[in-house]
Amino acid sequence: MSNVFIAFQVNEDTRPIIEAILEDNPGAVANESPAMVKIDAKDRLVVKRESIESRLGRRFDLQEIHVNLISLTGHIDEDDDQFTLSWNH
Amino acid sequence: MDMQVKKKLGLKERYAHMTRGLDWETSYQPMDKVFPYVKYEGIKIHDWDKWEDPFRLTMDAYWKYQGEKEKKLYAIIDAFAQNNGHLGVTDARYINALKLFIQGVSPLEYMAHRGFAHVGRQFAGIGPRVACQMQAVDELRHAQTQIHTISNYNKYYNGFHNWRHWHDNVWYLSVPKSFFDDAMTAGPFEFMVAIGFSFEYVLTNLLFVPFMSGAAYNSDMSTVTFGFSAQSDEARHMTLGLEVIKFMLEQDPDNVPIVQRWIDKWFWRGTRVLSLVATMMDYMLPKRVMSWKEAWEIYAEQNGGALFNDLARYGIRPPKAFADACEAKDHLSHQLWGTLYNYGAATAIHTWMPGTEEMDWLSAKYPESFDKYYRPRFEFWAEEAKKGNRFYNKTLPMLCTTCQIPLLFTEPGDPTKICYRESDYNGDKYHFCSDHCKEIFDHEPEKYVQSWLPVHQIYQGHCFKPGTDPTAEGFDPLAAVIEYYGMNFGRDNLDFEGSEDQKNFETWRGEATRNA
Repeated sequence: MSNVFIAFQVNEDTRPIIEAILEDNPGAVANESPAMVKIDAKDRLVVKRESIESRLGRRFDLQEIHVNLISLTGHIDEDDDQFTLSWNH
Repeated sequence: MDMQVKKKLGLKERYAHMTRGLDWETSYQPMDKVFPYVKYEGIKIHDWDKWEDPFRLTMDAYWKYQGEKEKKLYAIIDAFAQNNGHLGVTDARYINALKLFIQGVSPLEYMAHRGFAHVGRQFAGIGPRVACQMQAVDELRHAQTQIHTISNYNKYYNGFHNWRHWHDNVWYLSVPKSFFDDAMTAGPFEFMVAIGFSFEYVLTNLLFVPFMSGAAYNSDMSTVTFGFSAQSDEARHMTLGLEVIKFMLEQDPDNVPIVQRWIDKWFWRGTRVLSLVATMMDYMLPKRVMSWKEAWEIYAEQNGGALFNDLARYGIRPPKAFADACEAKDHLSHQLWGTLYNYGAATAIHTWMPGTEEMDWLSAKYPESFDKYYRPRFEFWAEEAKKGNRFYNKTLPMLCTTCQIPLLFTEPGDPTKICYRESDYNGDKYHFCSDHCKEIFDHEPEKYVQSWLPVHQIYQGHCFKPGTDPTAEGFDPLAAVIEYYGMNFGRDNLDFEGSEDQKNFETWRGEATRNA
């Protein structure tokens, strides 16, 4: 088992994204530093469009995360509904 | 008339339609002549269409999001300048980290732009070609936004005015410069392992993430913003680096040993360059987010460990130098800061000894090494400076032919003994800081005998202004070199204590809170 992580700037754009990730990934841990948050999860982490939209109250294109993304690790699988990081093959 | 509405295509199909089938086999000229660099490194590619883009970002989406990032950044740069943001940083010592950044890092962004533009022309497959061209655009953006942002500091402080010339000439800047020159003069696949994988994927988090968070902690709003703006592109760059590695390893088992050798080489080259970042984090940020050692443990040991576990299925092992690099985490920043302090007359940054509270922080963060090896030395230097004997070393150091860092690092397992290695080649002797730098040289001596070593260049008389006479009575070589570098002696160099930057910052900050 290895950790994957994703890190975002802390601002109003990312608050619903971070909340959605923490709810959709039980066991994921948010580590806060000045101006940023790094979310660690065991093996796999998923970002779901619907969860973000339900918080935002508007449509959300998952590629919008690029604007506030700081870093990530793991293999990426991306489609219209979810964005997944994992060390699985 | 009713129209038959088809289901909208998913992201993967849309992306495939937008990006594939754009390439063709040339017929007037053989493909080998059109793409002359793809074979000589020995990497075998059988099917370029097996390339998978990790992020499915089409050009229209790319421009849209990059445009948003720029708008955010420039709004903040303007606000920072309009509100005298430079007077809000913790203290003026911090500004020296920005000097090191513009002198040492931003020129690398421009070199990365050139490098990716080059490989973005040379790969014979459309997937990696497009990805590299996008990255080339990103890197140019990074160079421009960093120069723009930091130019505001140049209006008020010393050490910012001549960074381009310094990058090409000054001793401590030849370390990052030679790193990129080495990568740029390699073939396209080695460049991708050097920069895309080893630097971007394995090591760049160590530069941008904790350091930029540190800039926030020191109230430098403008640097945080360009840092995070650049870093938001890095997520794409990192995944490109990882994709290139997977692609090469999956294409042919013969590629594995070639890639392994490059990983070994570039991991070590990268950790050597990052020793400058280690000093920024441990010594140049008045308020510290985490120590270099902690950052190393998170981003190199844990994250790098997970990565190399994953690559094991291809027969790739962690870099050969991994254990030595991990051992060095207790010593790296202290040894290099000691050297920068020593040679503080020949740097375009100010240096200083940390205060008592800062030394206590270093003791707590480095319980195995700081009190035992470094604190007594630093306290002695601080005492001497107080008595008016601030020590400036005027003897030029011996440089490592590979990484170009003065021979200042210690033997693995013995932090009291400087590590020296040497090789003979064509009747000449070459010096190295470590077994790993020696091994890199020994594998490609024809390349590294051409290294532009600042100390050698000074001794050969190439770093004096025209008309300088080194045989004249009372000739001061250091002063002549500083003049050639375009540094103002006493303003850009020497100790922070007593510097013009220190006085100006105090005066201006005082004026900002009362009516003079």
